[in-house]
Amino acid sequence: MKMYRSHVMICKGTGCSSSNSEQIAQNFEKELKEYGLDKEIIIERTGCFGLCALGPVVIVYPEAAFYSRVKPEDVHEIVTEHLLKGRVVKKLLYHEAIDEGRLKSLNEVPFYKKQVRRALRNCGVINPENIDEYIAFDGYKALEKVLTQMTPQEVIDTISRSGLRGRGGAGFPTGRKWQFAAASKDDQKYVCCNADEGDPGAFMDRSVLEGDPHSVLEAMAIAGYAIGSNQGYIYVRAEYPVAVKRLTIAIGQAREYGLLGKNILGMGFDFDIEIRLGAGAFVCGEETALMRSIEGKRGMPTPRPPFPAVKGLFAKPTILNNVETYANVCQIILKGPEWFASIGTEKSKGTKVFALGGKINNTGLVEIPMGTTMREIIFDIGGGIPNGRKFKAAQTGGPSGGCIPASKLDVPIDYDNLIALGSMMGSGGLIVMDDTTCMVDIARFFLEFTVDESCGKCTPCREGTKRMLEILERICSGKGEEGDIEKLEHLAKIIKDSALCGLGQTAPNPVLSTLKYFRNEYEAHIKEKRCPAGKCQALLKYTIDPSLCKGCGLCARNCPAHAISGKIREPHTIDQKKCLKCGLCMSKCPFKAISKK
Amino acid sequence: MKTIQELEEIRKRTLQTINIRKDRSGTRIVVGMATCGIAAGARPVLASIMDEVSKNNLSDVVVAQTGCIGVCRLEPIVEVYRPGEEKVTYVRMTSDKAKRVVREHVMLGKVVNEYTIGSEEKK
Repeated sequence: MKMYRSHVMICKGTGCSSSNSEQIAQNFEKELKEYGLDKEIIIERTGCFGLCALGPVVIVYPEAAFYSRVKPEDVHEIVTEHLLKGRVVKKLLYHEAIDEGRLKSLNEVPFYKKQVRRALRNCGVINPENIDEYIAFDGYKALEKVLTQMTPQEVIDTISRSGLRGRGGAGFPTGRKWQFAAASKDDQKYVCCNADEGDPGAFMDRSVLEGDPHSVLEAMAIAGYAIGSNQGYIYVRAEYPVAVKRLTIAIGQAREYGLLGKNILGMGFDFDIEIRLGAGAFVCGEETALMRSIEGKRGMPTPRPPFPAVKGLFAKPTILNNVETYANVCQIILKGPEWFASIGTEKSKGTKVFALGGKINNTGLVEIPMGTTMREIIFDIGGGIPNGRKFKAAQTGGPSGGCIPASKLDVPIDYDNLIALGSMMGSGGLIVMDDTTCMVDIARFFLEFTVDESCGKCTPCREGTKRMLEILERICSGKGEEGDIEKLEHLAKIIKDSALCGLGQTAPNPVLSTLKYFRNEYEAHIKEKRCPAGKCQALLKYTIDPSLCKGCGLCARNCPAHAISGKIREPHTIDQKKCLKCGLCMSKCPFKAISKK
Repeated sequence: MKTIQELEEIRKRTLQTINIRKDRSGTRIVVGMATCGIAAGARPVLASIMDEVSKNNLSDVVVAQTGCIGVCRLEPIVEVYRPGEEKVTYVRMTSDKAKRVVREHVMLGKVVNEYTIGSEEKK
């Protein structure tokens, strides 16, 4: 048995890869050979550790030295000082991981302290392209247990008792979904995995697929056994090439070991999985549209009932679950439903993975128990707002969700609480905003996205969201009118009531949510033609401070709209009606007398 | 096509290699590998310790290196930490002595007194 005294884990998730972590890995391999260390130390390319803001990340075991923002040029020093001589290179370490010169355990670092990594248990710890490493950490043990010791109904009961709810956003009880499909009688059933992950800023599913693809494969096989299906499909967006590659390798390796295919583990159970690629449509993350897309049709939602568990893919009983939902299944089987339900809130059990983005210090991936407050996520784990700015709101649920303002920071996060606040859990994208973010602009941004992604089939979504966007664009460009807010609210209600699918039904949420907590910003845009956050360009006024203006006339001579007037050596003024807001005057003024408000 | 038995074997085998990545409390063998250590011949000592550990399939044993322990004239130095026991410092180590320490102290719990720093001081 080969023994290595040190393991160098290099993150090869998409984030760190785009910061050249492959070059870092290759440099390590070259240097280790040069110093004759390649037989004692192993280099492993792993999935995402989560602290993306500090990537590229390299962790060296057994010390668990967390090197952050590593550059290819740093590798030489790490090899000669740390790997050869045992002296950890302190200046390259994540500064929170050192305490008076001593290496802190990663679990004590603020970013990781409050996290409970269950769905992400293997990310960053194993080489995702090596099935043996997955097997070493209890991989395929759950499938073994299910096939040898449990009946399909027992599997469903276990999942139901755990309280697992769909992690894709809607939070439907997983056990109940599987029960419906198991109860449907048909000669062919399907198990699907939704790996489309269309929400802007969300990358939870991507990290699981890149860092621990086998956990999804094993869970799908277990689901197949539970409902009576022998065929699975993973619908993954084509924008995730690394995830597609790792899934393909994983499926190949599983088939080689007989863990997918015919007569798995000799227990007479057949199950195989195929990958289907998305092609850039957000709406194909919707359950029925996804299935139409696999069937080769245009991705357009179809009415429910009939629900997919009765009549889904190819008109057969189908279950569709999110990647993160599957990532939890194996542990529930191995450790029991009570273990899973031991953390979380009364109606929302277990953990949730969030992708922290926007105006926050520790951007990255975090997994926390349900019930953690927004305040803990943003300030304890997330490290607070950068540049000393103030927290304003956090958007959950992407284009389908809403914002949580500062006044609600101490609400425990779970499915029902977020809905009560006017938002939703969503898939887990969490965009943090500070006082320089304009809430009207944010609503416009999300609505622009949903208008673009609308499939066009139903009138409320196709026409209604477009009308809402037009109103928002007018407001942001200074042409808001009295009555606009009421129009937005009226349209929002109609669209929510009558749209065919979730995309349309939730598209008005960002608008309604920002209106609920930041109505004053809308009113300022409309009544005063002012943007309180200073973001909407069209509402910004360029003004000359008369106390600073020396009357040199430089600005007036350069203004392309001839909007500036004044006598030499006397303070000049800008005619707001003529001003093009190009900013040229401000850049020319040698006395910094011109400002933008 | 793997059987359940074969899966279990893969599991055990691979776990031994990668167990180092999880937070564990097993035996730690630390070899002084600063310039003084390396100059005195710590690398062959390290190699033979690793060899002995892997030959005997010892899981839960971490072999780490460290910098200068301080008593440079007594290098190569090897320290053994077994859970719940006091640290033992072995000095003037060689490949053969290291093998004996692994077999007797790490595996059987019997400190090899004649190699320790305490014995050295008495000379």
